[in-house]
Formats: sequence, structure tokens, C-alpha cells
Amino acid sequence: MIPLSSTEDTVETEVQAPVADEARDTLVASLADALGDALVGSEVRSGVDVWARVDAAAWLETARVLKSRCGMSYFNFLSAIDWLPSPYGRDMDAQVDQPEPREAEDMTWGVTGGSSRFQLLARVHDPVGHVGITVKADLDGDAPEVDSWIPVYGGADWHEREAWEMFGITFRGHPNLIHIYLPSGFEGTPLRKDYPLLARRVKPWPGIVDVELLPGDEAGEGDEAGDEDAS
Amino acid sequence: MTAVHDPKQLAYIAGQAADARVNLEIETEGMTLNIGPQHPATHGTLRIIVRLDGEQVVSAEPVMGYMHRGYEKLAEVRTYPQVTTLVNRIDWLGSFANEVPFILAAEQLMEVEAPPRATWIRTILFELSRIANVVLFLGDMGVQLGAVTPVFFAFRDREFVLNQIEAVTGGRFHPNFDRIGGLKDDLPKGWSDETRGVLGRIRTFCDEMEDLVVGNEIFQSRTRGIGVIPPDVGLSYGLSGANIRASGVDWDLRRDGGIGLAHGELDWKVWTHPDGDSFARYWVRLQEVREACTMIEQLLDGLPSGPVMAKVPRIIKVPAGETYVETENPLGVMGYYVVSKGDLVPYRVKIRSASFNNVSITPWLLEGTYVPDVVSILASLYFILGDIDR
Repeated sequence: MIPLSSTEDTVETEVQAPVADEARDTLVASLADALGDALVGSEVRSGVDVWARVDAAAWLETARVLKSRCGMSYFNFLSAIDWLPSPYGRDMDAQVDQPEPREAEDMTWGVTGGSSRFQLLARVHDPVGHVGITVKADLDGDAPEVDSWIPVYGGADWHEREAWEMFGITFRGHPNLIHIYLPSGFEGTPLRKDYPLLARRVKPWPGIVDVELLPGDEAGEGDEAGDEDAS
Repeated sequence: MTAVHDPKQLAYIAGQAADARVNLEIETEGMTLNIGPQHPATHGTLRIIVRLDGEQVVSAEPVMGYMHRGYEKLAEVRTYPQVTTLVNRIDWLGSFANEVPFILAAEQLMEVEAPPRATWIRTILFELSRIANVVLFLGDMGVQLGAVTPVFFAFRDREFVLNQIEAVTGGRFHPNFDRIGGLKDDLPKGWSDETRGVLGRIRTFCDEMEDLVVGNEIFQSRTRGIGVIPPDVGLSYGLSGANIRASGVDWDLRRDGGIGLAHGELDWKVWTHPDGDSFARYWVRLQEVREACTMIEQLLDGLPSGPVMAKVPRIIKVPAGETYVETENPLGVMGYYVVSKGDLVPYRVKIRSASFNNVSITPWLLEGTYVPDVVSILASLYFILGDIDR
């Protein structure tokens, strides 16, 4: 039973009978109006959240529209997702020097879909209307490039440095694209999925025992016994 | 490797050039002052390279990473319940508050809801974390300006709050108490009355700070009109928490945010200050500690009975999906963008920590200020290095 009077009280079962979420629907409509074809996809989860996926070429324009037309004056964060299935998988936990390379899995994407390996992820917020939006953009290739958001949101500066350092995404127009956490000579992009977690090679993580079967359970594959309920 | 066309190499050269630039400045007029990495104002290891013209700051460049622990990468090989151990160590003065948004995000993806009693106890511990965290700031700000007394008061009274957190969770700093679907345990017997006593002490502490620090003429002259952040600049840099409320922005996720905690059922007030200076930031935090005391008392009064744990599978697999959950933590807005592919471990966890954004304004804010104000401005922004470096 979903009370129609208040959209804020909606439970998070977004599949059935979506209740109209006026603020978020309007937001998507005005984005579609301003960006046209550059708005690739969107998803509204009534009363919870909203996503929009835009063309990478319109990335900076999206920020302008969000700030000036949609009242999104608050810059929340900017980051990225690497959708390449990790070639190490759970073997990151393995206590061997070189895990067997796995068969390449197909890439799958999350909310609003995707078309390439790297997906830029940014969130802005309207501190008056109390609505936030997550914006995504697909970036091509091994050396992805996109416009910097600094002209619109000053706070994007450090976040873009972090995304450049961790994912190797170049931000055009960024005045100071240097390392932020890692030493300035560091090579590699640690948050990419094909970058191994080196700490595990040096010292195996003992926490793996936590997901094994508890005493008294039937013997079987530790990891696969997953879904059974605690009785 | 062709040095000129390889973007990685070019970026490396740019990094070297940036480092060299600092050295060049030393040889010319002006002066480069290195603040940190070890400095009492920084709650960790933050280094700030300040270029000076006389006593005036020409530019300031924070250097981070001394405490970078790579939690976003580590979270990708930890099961969901294990991640709380990591995120406990982000803002170590208010650890419990770090766990809450992550657990809420996982619960949202699993469509599990914690029982009301668990939600209320979560809110109590959440606000106790705020007190433990901000009380230290209230004393510490005095130290930065040369007044040593307040910090001893702060450490003395924070201890009582930590004792209460320890009595429930077993951990003074890293409770690791929040679980997907509820809490590890219920409150111990007699805890409510003890907590009320502690809240009385904290109220007294706030009054003492009001007299000792806020009413102090030297404190006022060193913080009023210093480090002013206009609301629009603060918003575009993503400042949050008391830092943005001190600039007059009436925005608090406990009131305006969506889900999870019991703040909506309480009677309390969001404090703002129109000035946006260091003094305003101190004043707003002082009021917030008092407000947190009021909240906890109301929570203890109306604590619902029932279980503290919902029925969840023993081995937790989170269905595929994405969600972003943020809460109003002691230092500001803390959020987790969790991407799940239906596995035992998260596919990607983006940690949006408050201090990272709060400190990103320092190059803008410190420009044109004077050296003695640098420390007071940094202290008033109140960041914790674990919360910047993650």
C-alpha cells in the first residue's frame, strides 16, 4: 500500500507501480530540454534518487545546465567507475603469487547502462529543493579524456586530480593535473580493475576465513554456500 | 617510450615542474613556508606549502596523501560486513557515524529495513559520535589560538562520552557495531541513566566554552571577519556540515535528507550563522553539540522496544544495483556510492568524505590572508586527515 499523498514516504520497491516524483521528473525533463540528444539515458527512483547519463562531449555543458537552470549549486563529488570485470576476481584474496588469469567476462553496466569501460560519475545537489542527481558519462578507450568541470564548480579541482590519478582520466582545461595522494613519480592507475592489489601479494589477508562455513555446517564450497538463511 | 607524446610522461613532467616551481620561488623574492606535515592544527599529517609576500599569503597549496590507505580499492576485496572495519578509520573521532551511511546503502540495495529500536539506537550512537568529535574541536580551537585550557576541558569531558560508547559497543574509537539489518547488540542495562548524566556534563562543558572561548575578547578579535566563506563559493566547493551552515546556508541532511535515521521524529533546530567567518563556524558547532544533547535525551525517552536485528541471511550477498546514501556526519556530509554486482564484495565503493571537500577550499580561502590567521582558519574548518586521505 503506497500512500499517494506523500511521495517522500515511498518504500524502495521501484519496480511496481511507480509513484510520480515531480521534482525529479521535472529535473530530468529540463535536462532533456537543454541537452537534447546529449542526454543518453535517465532513471528516476521515485522518492529516492535520480540518475542521468550524458554524452561525454556535453559533459561541461551538463554542469552549466545543472547549475544555472536546475539550481544544483552544490558540488558533491566526482569520480569514475571501471566496468571492466577484474581479471583477478576474487583471486585478489588468493594466497598465491600469480593468480591464474580468468576468462574475459562480458562487461555489464549498472543504472542507466553504459557503452564503454570507463564511466565518469559526478553528483550535484540542490540545497534548497533538497534533490541530488548523479550524472554519468561514458569515456572511450585506454586514455579517456573529458572537459574539466572547474569553470562551473570550483570544487571539482581535487576530485578531478583524484580521478586522473586513480583511473587515468585526463581532464581538459584542468590547470594543475598532478598527483594528489600518491608520490609525484608514481606510475599506474590503482583504482582500475586490472591493477592488482599489491598488498595481498606481499602479505596474504587472513580475513578470508570469515566467509568460510561455520563449525557444524555441512561441508561444501565455502564461498558458494551463500544464500542460506540463518535459522 | 616516446617521451613527448606519451600523456603519462607529459603528466609526470608537469608534476615534476610543479614540484620544481616551489624551489624556484625560494630563490626569488618572497618566501615559501612549509606548514606541516606535523602540526597540531591538522589532526594528522597535512602539509601546506604557503608562498608569502611579507606576512601575506600569496598562494597556498595543500599536499595530501601522507595517510592515504586506499580504502576504495580495499573495499573491493572485502565482504560487505568487513567494510565497516575499514570505514571506521576514516573519521576516527566519530567512528560510528562513518559506518551508518555504508550500512544504510547496503540495506537499501538489499531492501532490508532495520527494526525501529535499532534505528533509534543508531541515531543515539550517531549523535554521541558527533559529541565526541566536536567537543574536541571546541577545545582544540583554543589551542590553535594560544589558549591551552579549553583542550584539557575537552579531553576530560570527551572521555565520559567515549565511556558510554565503549559500554555499548566495546570500542572507544572503532566501535564496528553497525550491522546490515540492525545492530550487534542492545543497550546495556542502566546505560540510559548514565548517559543522561554525561549529557549534563557536556552541557556544562558547552557553557564553559561559551564563557572561556566565545566570550573571550582575544578569541573574538582573532576569528571575527577572518576566513570568510561566501555561501555560493562554499557550495561550489562542496563544503558541508557546520562549515556551510556558518555561511548561512540552512541545509542539514538530518532534517532534509532522505532515509535511515530517527532525526525526523525529534524536536530540534538547525543552527546557522550569517557571517561565514571562523567565529561563526565555532559558534555553530557549539550550538550543534547542545542540540545533539537534546536529541539524545529525546531518543532515550522515546526509545521503542523490540528486536535490534532484522532477519538477514548469515552470508550477505547484495543484489546488483547502485545507490548513493549520505548522512550528516560530525564533519559534514559523508556518503557512499555503492555499486554491487550481486556478489559477496562490493564492485565499487566511492567514499565521499566531508573533509576532502571542506579542505579543497583552502587554496581559495587562504589567498590574501596573513600568516597568523592561517592556522586559525584551518582549525576552524575542522578536518581530520583520515577523512581527507581515506
